[in-house]
Amino acid sequence: MSATQESSANTAAGAGKFGDWLFFNLTRLFAALTLILLAGIIVSLVVGSWESIQKFGLSFIWRQDWNPPMEEFGALIPIYGTLVTSLIALVIAVPVSFGIALFLTELSPVWLRRPLGTAIELLAAVPSIVYGMWGLMVFAPIFAEYVQPLLAGTLGRVPLLGALFAGPGLGIGLLAAGIILAIMIIPFIASVMRDVFDVTPAMLKESAYGIGSTTWEVVWNVVLPYTKVGVIGGIMLGLGRALGETMAVTFIIGNTNFLSTISLYAPGNSITSVLANEFGEATPGIYTGALIELGLILFLITLAVLVSSKLLLLRLAKHEGTKT
Amino acid sequence: MELLIRRKFANKVALTLSMLAMGFGLFWLAWILLTTFELGIAGISLDLFTKMTPPPGAGEPGGLLNAIVGSAIMVSLATALGTPIGILAGVYLAEYGRHTWLGNSTRFINDILLSAPSIVIGLFIYAVYVAKVGNFSGISGVFALALIVIPVVVATTENMLKLVPDTLREAAFALGAPKSTVILKVTLKASTTGVITGILLAVARIAGETAPLLFTALSNQFWSLNLNEPMANLPVTIFKFAMSPFKEWQQIAWAGVFLITLGVLGLNIVARILFRQKHKN
Repeated sequence: MSATQESSANTAAGAGKFGDWLFFNLTRLFAALTLILLAGIIVSLVVGSWESIQKFGLSFIWRQDWNPPMEEFGALIPIYGTLVTSLIALVIAVPVSFGIALFLTELSPVWLRRPLGTAIELLAAVPSIVYGMWGLMVFAPIFAEYVQPLLAGTLGRVPLLGALFAGPGLGIGLLAAGIILAIMIIPFIASVMRDVFDVTPAMLKESAYGIGSTTWEVVWNVVLPYTKVGVIGGIMLGLGRALGETMAVTFIIGNTNFLSTISLYAPGNSITSVLANEFGEATPGIYTGALIELGLILFLITLAVLVSSKLLLLRLAKHEGTKT
Repeated sequence: MELLIRRKFANKVALTLSMLAMGFGLFWLAWILLTTFELGIAGISLDLFTKMTPPPGAGEPGGLLNAIVGSAIMVSLATALGTPIGILAGVYLAEYGRHTWLGNSTRFINDILLSAPSIVIGLFIYAVYVAKVGNFSGISGVFALALIVIPVVVATTENMLKLVPDTLREAAFALGAPKSTVILKVTLKASTTGVITGILLAVARIAGETAPLLFTALSNQFWSLNLNEPMANLPVTIFKFAMSPFKEWQQIAWAGVFLITLGVLGLNIVARILFRQKHKN
């Protein structure tokens, strides 16, 4: 548009144009702000933990001692706790979520789909502090009395695997934290799986049914290969959630910085539980710096997991766009 | 023939397991809700809403008044702060930046922030605000919660605006309306219910958030409305009381858990009903 045209426009249109420009840039500013926020988080965490990064360098990641009075800090035990509990959560949550998604897309009568789907999604809405308190007061005692002896008596006798279920079952510990995490991430994985199962073209499924496949064969040989990428994206999303979960884990993981066995019955610590328990009492300086560095490590790990989850899901969406 | 039997058997097993998985999910939901309600209702009394949190060990009855009020203040301020930012950014994504570089990257990053660990948000506010000011404060808790509100509101606003048919926009443009007017008076108006749904979900999300408050608002045993001091709030109080050895404190914690669960699930259900009613017509 030329300048003469613009100047000849009447004042009302001019005001409208300015308003338009202002509104556009305002919305753009806030959109950019969201983008800057991510960079800001990383930069501020690096700055906050600089003292610790300088003193321990990369060895922070595999140093085992965590001794605030001596100013010795290493992240190995919290990182181990975070990874192990998240792994336990995935081992339980993935098959269960697959079953739930299969039920909701292929088995359930249509009128039941929505209420059941909503119920599973409500599981995701329950605040994590509720899971934590319930886990500590209700779940852990029952788990210690009935489930742990049972596991020790069965899986515990299997060679090699048995070492994971050795030692006294206290209820709280890595295994219990992993199970609570599994319950918390099931709704996330299950709803992604259900949504991606739903995008499988009906024609593909009908062709398979048409040549006499059973429901299970259709799901396993047609739906799953077609949605593979999305299913993995959903699992990564669940993993991202599990890694960063704080309160539920803090209540139930046992909170100790010593670890001498590979038994999952042992209490431990995760990055988030160390932060939740110690940050408030930490003295400023290297102690706070080490804790912030833990947060930075956690953020970078979850970021990598969530980015790959998102990329996989986007790939499925694009794939779908070309097929239909 | 034997193959057919085997295939049918495999099918039966798989479908039974699938049903069991569904039952497994519902079982936990039912168990958690039942115990929360059972133990929580037992702790509900008038004291809960009229008395302050009790000091340690004292036999005197206490309540959660300061924590409830503190949570209400922080959640409302955080919503008031985060909502406009979220709506404007969501408008950009849906109306201006559907295919721009900024739009695509913001959409991507926003989805990541939606699932990012909330405890890291708390650390971020600690590093940029609390450490600089020198003390824990209610207002820093508000900032942390607002940062959790933003991605939720951005995502729902964008999705709801995308549901508005383009013919509606074209009709308004044809009348000569500038783009900002079209957005404010037509598309945003058409998706008001959807945007409100998003705000309700955001409130539900932050009402139970504990981790980001641990390093920001902290908690306060006493009555305080000063935003520059540590502020009492339900989630951190529950955390502290649940971990304590005192029976009365644990009782109060259960009552607090009950209140939060009721509020959060209630908001979620209301949001769903609102959304469904709107999209029936």
